[in-house]
Amino acid sequence: MNSLFYQKNSSRNIGDKVFTSLSLICVFIAILPLIFLVTYILIKGGAQITPELFTLEPNPPGDDLDAGGINPALIGTLIITTIASIIAIPVGVGGGIYLAEYSKGGPFSRFIRFGVNVLAGVPSIIAGVFIYALIVSTKILFGSMYSGLAGGMALSILMLPTVIKTTDEGLKLVPNELRYASLGVGASMYTTILKITLPSAFRSIATGVVLGIARAAGETAPLIFTALFSYYYITGFGDLFYEMGSLAVLIYNFALEPYDAQNKLAWAASFILVLSILSVNIFSRIFAAFTEKTKRV
Amino acid sequence: MIKNTKKAQKNHILSLEDVSISYGKFEAVKNIFCNFKKGDITSLIGPSGCGKSTVLRSLNRMNDLIPNCSLKGTVLFDGTNIYDKRVDPVEVRRRIGMVFQQPNPFPKSIYENIAFGARINGFVGDMDDLVELSLKKAALWDECKDKLNNSGYSLSGGQQQRLCIARTIAIEPEIILMDEPCSALDPISTLKIEETMHELKKNYTIIIVTHNMQQALRVSDMTAFFNAIEYENGDGGKVGYLAEFNSTKKIFSSPKEKTTQEYISGKFG
Repeated sequence: MNSLFYQKNSSRNIGDKVFTSLSLICVFIAILPLIFLVTYILIKGGAQITPELFTLEPNPPGDDLDAGGINPALIGTLIITTIASIIAIPVGVGGGIYLAEYSKGGPFSRFIRFGVNVLAGVPSIIAGVFIYALIVSTKILFGSMYSGLAGGMALSILMLPTVIKTTDEGLKLVPNELRYASLGVGASMYTTILKITLPSAFRSIATGVVLGIARAAGETAPLIFTALFSYYYITGFGDLFYEMGSLAVLIYNFALEPYDAQNKLAWAASFILVLSILSVNIFSRIFAAFTEKTKRV
Repeated sequence: MIKNTKKAQKNHILSLEDVSISYGKFEAVKNIFCNFKKGDITSLIGPSGCGKSTVLRSLNRMNDLIPNCSLKGTVLFDGTNIYDKRVDPVEVRRRIGMVFQQPNPFPKSIYENIAFGARINGFVGDMDDLVELSLKKAALWDECKDKLNNSGYSLSGGQQQRLCIARTIAIEPEIILMDEPCSALDPISTLKIEETMHELKKNYTIIIVTHNMQQALRVSDMTAFFNAIEYENGDGGKVGYLAEFNSTKKIFSSPKEKTTQEYISGKFG
């Protein structure tokens, strides 16, 4: 008879230990790039942060003394992501509502879900080229070519699948009993969705939207084809129809310059970009936890 | 209103005429004929899988929400076939309310839980009064009058179920359908709900599905016993049918069918 005590040297227990350590090592290796990347950027970029950085225009490369600031790029990123959100959130949430609430799981909705997954996997540069072909090269937007507006549209294509998917999945998590309850008291489908299901799924939808925004804000490739870049302050509404700077493209442009000052500016912009995406992610977590608490008071 | 040519009998508020319900190709219940009398409590009993919940859900078109579910036959409510193409299921559900097996209050305050249904149905009047009256009818007022702004989830299971009943009453339906309303509750809450049902009987017609035969005996005037038989082609699938429908007294004291006798004495099911 085997004893009931734990046997250190049995092959099963040794195998168990080996496997546990192996998976631990793997998870460590997986997290390593993130730690290195964030620390490296924080150190390299953090050193470049000055008040002027947020207020000045970047100087054209070549003047190696002072690179200026990233104000236009920062504002540009904000504007372009806002445009993308204005397009992608209503369309995405609406599409998600259709998939989760109205579609009956037939071939059409299966096709849409498949399409959304494909769209989520489309390389971002393709979204850029697509908008380039559709908007920029045709000058269809009041004759303007590269513009912040076109940039926002390109980013909205990238946000759309995330928003649709999280809305769809968030709504599917709402228990059916709640829908029956509402329909059972004589509510129409539309009232049920608006007053009962959407508020119940609000948290997961909001989280998905925020993550979609965070993803879009860091994209470079689609903007190179659409918003291009600008060195100048954004002064008014009309600037939407002209080239617009953004943090991601500023990094792309200036990191490749042979001048030290521009390189430093690129680091500073990386720092800001990483920090803001990080804080948006953390904010969405806190927000989620907060609404979770208040929901069941 | 859409009037059907077939006039329902005077005190029959709801009539099933040759109703068969299927899920896709699978037939759940077959050829049901049944009349529900106004002001009665009718209980539907029978073994699991005999389709009594399916029948109950068909009475206010809740089955519409289940994909592939289809119904043949006629369900006459107030002289109208509620499965007529011109009928709006939302209207049907406003007049035939439903209480579910699991208590399912909205994630809102107790007050809002009741006000919601009334408001969307265009209730004009004093909402506070309606909330109070509905809670009183559901025998919940005394327990929650001081915490109407608390979430519906803060109540116990039995209280939540009575909240759901109050919510249903608030929209002033003519019939209340109850799908095993006490199966998730303890005996004391069950008793309270049964008392509530006796109160409600004065104003409403109630149809209740229950697995608890004692409950059927305690609360109902009429009892419908559903059973399931295997398909004639012998592939092992079962189809439900209405085996016996009579006053509760007769069903439990002198049933006509042998299967009813066996079921109520606990021999199967």
